[in-house]
Amino acid sequence: MTAASTSALDLGAIRADFPILNRVMRGGKQLAYLDSGATSQKPLAVLDAERDFLLTSNGAVHRGAHQLMEEATDAYEQGRADIAAFVGADADELVFTKNATEAVNLVAYALADRRFDRVVGPGDVIVTTELEHHANLVPWQELALRTGATLKWYGVTDDGRIDVDSLVLDERVKIVAFSHHSNVTGAVAPVGELVSRAREVGALVLLDACQSVPHQPVDLHGLDVDFAAFSGHKMLGPTGIGVLYGKRALLDAMPPFLTGGSMIETVTMEATTFAPAPARFEAGTPMTSQVVGLGAAARYLDALGMTAVEAHERELVAAALAGLSGVDGVRIIGPLSMADRGSPVSFVVDGVHAHDVGQVLDDDGVAVRVGHHCAWPLHRRFGIAATARASFAVYNTLDEVDRLVAGVRHAVEFFGS
Amino acid sequence: MRLEQIYQEVILDHYKHPHHRGLREPFAAEVHHVNPTCGDEVTLRIALSDDGETVTDISYDGQGCSISQASTSVLTDQVIGQTVGDALKTVAAFSEMVSSRGKVDGDEDVLGDGIAFAGVAKYPARVKCALLGWTAFKAALAQSSASDTALAQSSASDTALAQARGSNDSSVEETR
Repeated sequence: MTAASTSALDLGAIRADFPILNRVMRGGKQLAYLDSGATSQKPLAVLDAERDFLLTSNGAVHRGAHQLMEEATDAYEQGRADIAAFVGADADELVFTKNATEAVNLVAYALADRRFDRVVGPGDVIVTTELEHHANLVPWQELALRTGATLKWYGVTDDGRIDVDSLVLDERVKIVAFSHHSNVTGAVAPVGELVSRAREVGALVLLDACQSVPHQPVDLHGLDVDFAAFSGHKMLGPTGIGVLYGKRALLDAMPPFLTGGSMIETVTMEATTFAPAPARFEAGTPMTSQVVGLGAAARYLDALGMTAVEAHERELVAAALAGLSGVDGVRIIGPLSMADRGSPVSFVVDGVHAHDVGQVLDDDGVAVRVGHHCAWPLHRRFGIAATARASFAVYNTLDEVDRLVAGVRHAVEFFGS
Repeated sequence: MRLEQIYQEVILDHYKHPHHRGLREPFAAEVHHVNPTCGDEVTLRIALSDDGETVTDISYDGQGCSISQASTSVLTDQVIGQTVGDALKTVAAFSEMVSSRGKVDGDEDVLGDGIAFAGVAKYPARVKCALLGWTAFKAALAQSSASDTALAQSSASDTALAQARGSNDSSVEETR
């Protein structure tokens, strides 16, 4: 199963933490789960952490004075601290949201609020890129509509990278939002370059880190972005939880997005004052067991070591690129070399629609994503409606890459005959 | 091998050699439907007889997987030449079979090559593919009827058309 892997990880032990990987699928073959870019599988450590919490310490956080409430609050805030440490941030710079999409929307709504000194207005410019997931595009389109600002974007190169020379920023630009790793092409953005260009014109930077945090060491302080968003379920954690990182001074200056309980300081019938960040952005009863689970996921990945995780996944991606490139009719949408290259490997097959490629792979037990992967403009950029996408995580093996390549050959034979 | 269940030979034949493909004039209505989960799309036109009672042509263009392209081809085979009322019955029968999770086999006398899509019904992720062209056809009928209120008021297929108009299959809405 782990044949020929040179990685420092004990793949057998890791895979034992993910029982779902042993499933035999409807085609009679063992699951080869190559869709972690959509959602990752969860290790026992995450499930056990949630269950243990619910069995022993469940209570409403930040309310009341009984022992369970105190234990629940401690578990919640310990989760925040562990997740913050995992991404190179301070605990009070992390806001929990229901998913990464909500995290981006939180910033987009704050930027339309006149109480915020960074508010966007008519004549201002919002910048994103042509390779974004819809979650890092549509909120900015909507912000432009609400405020009268203009949306502009960096184009994409033929090998699926952000074309940093396709747009010149000026002082009208208020925020630049881009993905750390493309969820389609796997290209890793030149974060330092994009941040420094934004800084030159005084713009804020939001990093969509959904596809990077699960796959490589990420140091948000080191990257010097103003905001970052990532999701729990893509990094071996639960669904129903996302994270917004914001620099402390910015979070302190931002008005709330959702309002209600938990986020207040004082309330009268006439007016309300708000709690300091991050509580100001966590209205209502928070997702407690999910935070506990996500904290466990961060500790799990940290114990494996993100440098080792990254090295292992690079081996898988390199093997997938080499294997798929050897199949006649396959075209990779994204960088062919491993330089600044992350996990997802997206491709089209001449004469075989991505849905049909995915169906053949499914019959072989190989789970990939097919479609536009919530990045429709990027697919339009390449003149295609859909791609098949294999995306990897720490638990995948070279054997599974071989099954992917064999399955794609199978699809070519099945539809080509 | 389960692949042959979903990709029956007749489906692959329609995919590789689609019937009635291409956009033709004249037409009573044209619709553009998209499957938002995968980006597949079809532009479909219908032509009706002068009295509005009979489907005289269905022409279409689009891009999509083998299932969506083949099922649209089968649609044209079955429905061109039918009365509007019978056409809607054919659509209803196909929808019922494809949405049945494999519980309804389909009647070959009604569906012709369409019964080959019974296997697709066992794959919920592909049901939208199979219905793309058929739902577009229903919408085109409703549109042509809406643009001709005299027809809508006098047609014997009022009820069926109203159902078609009222149907709101989110799988083919252009926006989410």
